[in-house]
Amino acid sequence: MSRVGVFVCHCGNNIAGTLNVEQVVRAAGAHPEVSFAADYRYMCSDPGQELIRTAIREHQLDAVVVAACSPAMHEATFRKACAAEGVNAYRCESANIREQASWVHQKQPEAATDKASDIVLSVVEKVRRNASLAPIRLPLTRRSLVIGGGISGLTAALDLADAGYPVILVERSPALGGKMRQFSRSYLNLADGEQLLQDRLSRVSEHVQIQVLPSAEVRQLSGYVGNFEARVARQEPEGEVEFTFEVGAVIVATGWDPYPLERVPWLGGGSHPDIVDTLTFERMLLQPEGLRRPSDGRVPQQVVFVQCAGSRDPERGVPYCSKVCCMVVAKQARAYRQQVPQGSACVFYTDIRSGGKGYEEYVQQAAEQYGVLYLRGEVGRVEAVDGQIRLQGEDTLSGLQLELTPDLVVLATPLLPAAGVQELAQVLRISADSNGFLSEAHPKLRPVETLTAGVFLAGCSQGPKDIPESVAQGGAAAAKVMQLFSQEMLLQSPTVAVVDAEICSGCGACIETCPYGARSLSRVRPVAVVNPALCQACGACAVICPNKATEVVNWDAGQILAMVGEVS
Amino acid sequence: MTLLEAVEQRSHQDLRLCFQCHKCTAGCPSAVDMLFGPDRVIRLLQLGEDRRVLGSPDLWLCAGCGTCGARCPNGIDMAPVMESLRAAALVSGTRPGDPGALAFHRLFLGVARRLGRSHEATLLILYKLRSGNLFSDLGSGIRLVLKGKVPLLPHRIAGWREVAQTIDAYTPRAGEPPCEESARSKAWN
Repeated sequence: MSRVGVFVCHCGNNIAGTLNVEQVVRAAGAHPEVSFAADYRYMCSDPGQELIRTAIREHQLDAVVVAACSPAMHEATFRKACAAEGVNAYRCESANIREQASWVHQKQPEAATDKASDIVLSVVEKVRRNASLAPIRLPLTRRSLVIGGGISGLTAALDLADAGYPVILVERSPALGGKMRQFSRSYLNLADGEQLLQDRLSRVSEHVQIQVLPSAEVRQLSGYVGNFEARVARQEPEGEVEFTFEVGAVIVATGWDPYPLERVPWLGGGSHPDIVDTLTFERMLLQPEGLRRPSDGRVPQQVVFVQCAGSRDPERGVPYCSKVCCMVVAKQARAYRQQVPQGSACVFYTDIRSGGKGYEEYVQQAAEQYGVLYLRGEVGRVEAVDGQIRLQGEDTLSGLQLELTPDLVVLATPLLPAAGVQELAQVLRISADSNGFLSEAHPKLRPVETLTAGVFLAGCSQGPKDIPESVAQGGAAAAKVMQLFSQEMLLQSPTVAVVDAEICSGCGACIETCPYGARSLSRVRPVAVVNPALCQACGACAVICPNKATEVVNWDAGQILAMVGEVS
Repeated sequence: MTLLEAVEQRSHQDLRLCFQCHKCTAGCPSAVDMLFGPDRVIRLLQLGEDRRVLGSPDLWLCAGCGTCGARCPNGIDMAPVMESLRAAALVSGTRPGDPGALAFHRLFLGVARRLGRSHEATLLILYKLRSGNLFSDLGSGIRLVLKGKVPLLPHRIAGWREVAQTIDAYTPRAGEPPCEESARSKAWN
């Protein structure tokens, strides 16, 4: 016999406004295994939790059902309260009578009350059969793999190394520094990219905790959070060399690649050497002899910048806003006017997106102090006629149709996810969005995590970002890894699948069906084994197993049948 | 010096501040008869379309009332810009399409130069003698005089000499070099 306590929450009016909670309490109290049943306005509040704790003491309860909201909301709250009174956390269950009864059946209060009673009683049937469990403890390797040596990857690597955790920094190209190396200067403080990077580059190369692998790519990642095994292939003069590293966490900072100019043919992309993208213009600004246009080496006197060239255009280009271009163009137009004071610069824009501290002022100054002419309107066509660039556009504010013959056109094309990131995502078992940028675990609350535990994102791998944002994300990803590494052991929920080796025939059906790669055949004998670190307790294995040799702890067949029996 | 720079210098206005909100044109009492309106005149200057600006009737239709300047959120006073454009047009030899406009412009300044202020009756008589069109608008002129809106006799203010000096200093002299065509208009047309 168990001594189950049932606690029915009103959730203000969320539950009590529809359900007759007293009736639910009476139904639960009538169950022979229920020693105590009560209701309260807010069970999750301090007095509500105190009510549960007092009842456990006074009625010697050994299992608890809280009939309230979804377990995703407050299961942890109530389990903690139970554990404080000596009731094992896994002997406390939530019965969801809010989302599953009061909210969805507001117009049928009586039927909803009956349904809520059924839900509560079925959970009573489950919880009285729940085993007392302790979290699984797993060891972890406190070394991380950072993929990508641009500004966000460098930041993440340095932060981790400075915290005392060794880092393997893998960079695909022969040199560290990423795209920022090619920047002539950055906006706001106008320091050049190389200069901004220099301190970080030298610290990374000297750091005892950082091992840099240039010209290298990650080929395979096996294992799980805290205990990954990464295979890295490095190109060396004598051929490819492969390394294997044990790491506990992975930070993906693969950055971006420029949009091919050929993909904006209506803007003359690829048709004339003096129609360039912003990254090319960055390099042109860095030329030691000063800015020269590619075709004939003359100093360009009229430069036209075209924003949103291929972005925000689902029909012809990419649907997303590339975010950094408004500021990049403002910076480049200012830099041009500084280098060529007698020249003129104009910018065709759709609208100016200058969110960020000091950003709007920076763009305003481009127009007001540097004399950059901002024209709001779309460029219809750029083409080369007999070697001369012709640009047709509209200034929608003045309504003037313009036909210009600039001697340099700079197209602000969008940032694309780095080439090869899709293949890498498969290797790392993480997902990418429809544009190819890697997906974060939650768009607001978990921006640098992925849905694969132990794999984190930083910088433009997740979406277009400027330098300060990339630095912030690199630091955030490093902090997440430190949080993981600061644990003595990895704690894992014990309610995972287990295999009864006496019944298992080793057919392997569960191995194929497991969506998390958590199952394999034992190396010792032909039975399936479960990696508890990877198991998410979905139960697919328990359903597929022809011999009923596997089930999820505290969700065994007997419990499920008892729950169904209670409601039928 | 480009026309844009010359106009900015002469009018003491920074036209880069214009963000094309159209408030000037929306409030302008003369805009209905203009070809562009004050906002587009600024944009055309920025684009180096000097000939289109100087050849437009807009500079001569501007009454200098200052409504545009009062409405401008960026504090651009458009009236001196228009005045600078009229001066630039005269220097460059561009004449308004309606010859009466130039005659009226010169007579108005002449009256102001001698009296230190405007006097409508004098201006009206001089303009009629100059244009030869003696009897147009006569009825409304008589009604204005009868209502006491227009004094018959001119009045000269005490500081008329200072006003005359200001007008002289501001009037472009014959032989003053016209603005060079802007680099933009050279390359973009």
